[in-house]
Amino acid sequence: MVAFTVNGKAQSVGADGDTPLLWALREHLQMTGTKFGCGAGLCGACTVHVDGEAVFSCQTALADVEGKKVTTIEGLAPNGDHPLQKAWTAEQVPQCGYCQSGQIMKAAELLSENKNPSREEIVAHMNSNICRCGTYPRIVRAVQRAAKEG
Amino acid sequence: MNEISKIDMPEMTVSRRSFMGGAAGLTFAVTVVGVAGDAAEALGATGDNRLNAYITVSPDDTVTIVAPAMEMGQGIMTCLPMIVAEYMDADWDKAKVELAPSNPKLYGNPIFRGIQHTVASLSVMGYWKPLTMAGAQARQVLIDACAAKWGVSAAECSTQPGKVVHGSGKSMTYGEIAKFAKAPSEMPKVDPDKVKTPANYSILGKDVGRVDVPSKTNGTAQYGMDVQVPGMLYASIQSSPVSKAKPMSVNDADVMKVEGVKRVVKLPYGVAVVGETVEATKAGREALDVKWSEAPGDAFDSAKAIDEYRAHARKPHVAPIEWKKKGDADAGMKAAAEIKSFEFSTEHTYHAQMEPMNATAKVSADSKSAEIWASTQGPSIATFAAAKVLKTKPQNITLHPQMIGGGFGRRAQPDFVVDAVLVSKILGGGTPVKVIYSREDDVAAGRMRPMTAHKIDVGLDKDGNIVGWKHRVVGESAIGYTNPDRLKKSKGKDILVMKGSEIPFYKIANWKTEHVREKRGARLSAWRGIGAGYTKFAVEVTIDELARDQGVDPLEYRLKLAANPRVEKVLQTVADMSDWKRKRTETELGMAFAEYNGTLSCGVAECSVDADGKIKVHNFWMSVDPGIPLHPDNIVAQMESGIIYGLSHSLKEQVTLEGGMVQQSNFHDYEVFRQSDVPNIEVKVLAGGGKATAVGELGLPSTPGAVANAIRALNGAKLRHMPFTPERVKEAMKG
Repeated sequence: MVAFTVNGKAQSVGADGDTPLLWALREHLQMTGTKFGCGAGLCGACTVHVDGEAVFSCQTALADVEGKKVTTIEGLAPNGDHPLQKAWTAEQVPQCGYCQSGQIMKAAELLSENKNPSREEIVAHMNSNICRCGTYPRIVRAVQRAAKEG
Repeated sequence: MNEISKIDMPEMTVSRRSFMGGAAGLTFAVTVVGVAGDAAEALGATGDNRLNAYITVSPDDTVTIVAPAMEMGQGIMTCLPMIVAEYMDADWDKAKVELAPSNPKLYGNPIFRGIQHTVASLSVMGYWKPLTMAGAQARQVLIDACAAKWGVSAAECSTQPGKVVHGSGKSMTYGEIAKFAKAPSEMPKVDPDKVKTPANYSILGKDVGRVDVPSKTNGTAQYGMDVQVPGMLYASIQSSPVSKAKPMSVNDADVMKVEGVKRVVKLPYGVAVVGETVEATKAGREALDVKWSEAPGDAFDSAKAIDEYRAHARKPHVAPIEWKKKGDADAGMKAAAEIKSFEFSTEHTYHAQMEPMNATAKVSADSKSAEIWASTQGPSIATFAAAKVLKTKPQNITLHPQMIGGGFGRRAQPDFVVDAVLVSKILGGGTPVKVIYSREDDVAAGRMRPMTAHKIDVGLDKDGNIVGWKHRVVGESAIGYTNPDRLKKSKGKDILVMKGSEIPFYKIANWKTEHVREKRGARLSAWRGIGAGYTKFAVEVTIDELARDQGVDPLEYRLKLAANPRVEKVLQTVADMSDWKRKRTETELGMAFAEYNGTLSCGVAECSVDADGKIKVHNFWMSVDPGIPLHPDNIVAQMESGIIYGLSHSLKEQVTLEGGMVQQSNFHDYEVFRQSDVPNIEVKVLAGGGKATAVGELGLPSTPGAVANAIRALNGAKLRHMPFTPERVKEAMKG
C-alpha cells in the first residue's frame, strides 16, 4: 500500500511499488484526466506534478511518490478556472484534446517558475509534449495569454 | 488488431415521422431525404439517403441538438448543431449539444448510404440538407403552433433567435411554445433556402466557442481509454507482426506465472493477455513469446521494394487501373512536340494518434448481444463487425461512442472493437474487458498510408503549352486491405490511393491518372488527406519544374493555368500574404495548390536548409476557400492542424518494413513534429460561395510540394522522395 496526496486528498493504492503512477491514478483511483500516450516518457500526455514538479507519470514509480503531493489536471484549480485553463478556452486550443491535460500541466510548471516567459522559453519548455493535432501555435498563444492575464 | 475484410452493410430502410409534445417539451424526429454528393464514392455509397435529426425544445428555452458525426478534434460536434440552430433560428446561447449515440437510422450520413461514418471531411456536405431541413421544419412547427395559439395566420409570424414574433410586436419564446404545442400529423413542407441564406446567417460564420473545448481543459472529456465498467478485466494484445500471420504456439505457462494475469487468449490474428490490472497485462505481455505462421507479407522489405515500385512506375508489371481522366491524354501525348517525365516516391506513414487503440466490451453470457464503449469514427461499421463476430443482429449490439483522441482515418476501421468483443466473448460469463494497446503494439500493427512511386509524363507543344498529362501511381491498394469486396465492386478503383491525382482546377485539356497495384501484404488504411498527401506533392513539384523550364515565375505559371477566378483568388491571396515577389537572402519560398472535396487551398512555405541537410520551415502561409466558411476560427484551426501534420510527414515520418514487420516502435523512432519544429503559420479564409465544403484534411496536401519547391528554389536540390530527411536532402544537394 502506497500512501500519497492527490489534489490535496490523502490516497492509498494497493499496487506494487513499481506500478507506474499513471496507472495508479487512471485505473486504481479512476482519475482519468491524466492520459496514457506512449508509456515511455516520449509524448508528455501523462504529465502530472509531484511536489510541484512536472513529471511523466508513466515513468514515475508509485513507490517514489510515497508521502508526496501529486497534482493532476483535475486538481490544478478548484473549478477548472486556472489562468491556463481559461486561456486554453479563450484561444480554443484543444482539438482532439487527448494531450491537453499534459500540455496544461507542463505549462503550469513553467508559469510557476517564470511568470513572464519569452516565446523561446515557452517553446523550449513545451517541447516534451506532443500534440498530433498540431495545436502548438495556440498552446504558445494560450501560455502567453495566461502569463499576461494571470 | 484483426483483419476484417468484409463488413456487410444492412439495409437502411427507415422512414419514420414523429413529433412528440408534452410537459417535457418538444422532440422533433425529422425524416427527410438527403442527397448523394459527388464524393459518395468515398465509401462506395449508392444513394439510399435519409436522416433523422433530433431537436428537443425544453420549457426553460434550452434547445438540445444532437450532433450526429463523431468528434475527433475537427469541431464537428459544434458545427453541425450550428447548422440546425441557424435554420431553426435558435438562440445559440441556449443551445445544448449532445453527441449522438450509435444509431444509423436516426443519425446516418446520407453520403455514406445512411451509416454513421466520420471520414473524408464529408460531414458538413453530407448532413447539410437533412440538418437545414430539420432546423427549418422545427422552426415552422413552432411558428404554426404559436400562430394557432394567438389565433393569427402563420404568415404574419416570423422568428428571432429563440422566439416567434408577430407583426403586432408580441412574441413568445420557443420554450413557452413547447409547453402547449401539439404534434402535427405531418411535418410542414418548407424550403430551408427560403428560411435562411448566408447573407442573413446569425450563427454560421461566427466564431462561437467549440462546445467540447471546456471539457478538454479540465480532464472531464471522456475518451474510449477512460471507460470504466464495473468488474472489468484488462487485456493487452499482440497482433501478428506480419499481416495475416496466425499464432502457432504461445508460452502460456510462462505468462500465467505473472501475478495478476488471468488468461492468455489465442485470437485468429494475435494473442491477448488478460489480467486484473493494466500493470499485470503489461508484465504478461512483456513475458509473451509467440511463434507465428508464415504470411503473404513475410518477404516485404520496403527499402528494396521501393526500387521495384519505381521500376513499375516506368514500366507497369500489371495493367494499370484508370482512376480519372479528361479529354484524350494519349492523343495529347502523341501530338506533343516534347515529353517531360518526373518521378517521385513516398514512404509508409503511421497515424500516430495520441490515444492508443483501445475498446471496452461486455458480451452477454449467451454471446448473443454486447455493449461496447469505443472511440470510433465508424460506429456503424464497428457495430456490424461486432454483430458478425457474435453471429447476431446489429440490433443486439449497443455501442457507446466516446470522444476520439485522434482519428485521422485510423479509427474508421473496426478492428480494435472486434478485439474487445472477441476477448469478452472468449472469457464468457458476461465479463467486461478493456483492451488497451501499448504504443509499441499499436505501431507494430499500424494501418499505414501506402508506400508509393509516381511517374508524371507531360506532353508540351512547340510553344511549351501542356497538351497531355499522365500521372501513374504505384502502390498497394488500401481498400484492397480494408475491404476487398468494395474494391472488386469498384473494379479496382481505390480512392484512398488515388485521390488528388486528378487536376480539375488547371486548364489542361487532356489528362489521365492511373494506379498500378502492388500486392505486398502491408496493413493499410485511410490516413489524413488520403492519396492527396502524396499525389499533390507529385503534381505541384511537376508544375513548378515546368514553370522553371520556361523561366516563368511559379505563381504566374499557376495563374495562367487557373481554371476559374476562385482558383486565381486563392493563388493571389497567398502570394500577397507571403509577399511572394520579395527576394529573401537565406531562405526561399515554395508554392503548392491543392483541392479536396470542393475546397481550394494554396500553401506557401518559407524554408532554409543547413549544412547537414536539415530543412527548417520558417513560415507557412495558406489561403483556403471552403465555399461558405461556417465556423471561421475552426477552419483556421483545422488548417493549422493539417499544415503541421503535413509538414511533419513531409520532413520526418516514415515506417519501414523488413520481413513484413514494422521497424519502428514509439515516438523516438517514429518522430512527429514537436513545438520547436513548428513554423509561424498564417491562414486566410476566403468565401468563394456555392456550398460549404470540406475542411478537416485540406491543410495537408499542399505541404510537401510547397517545401520541395522552396528547397529547389533555394539550392537547386530536387526533393522527389518523401519524407525529406537530412540524408535525402544532402544527397539531392549533390545534384
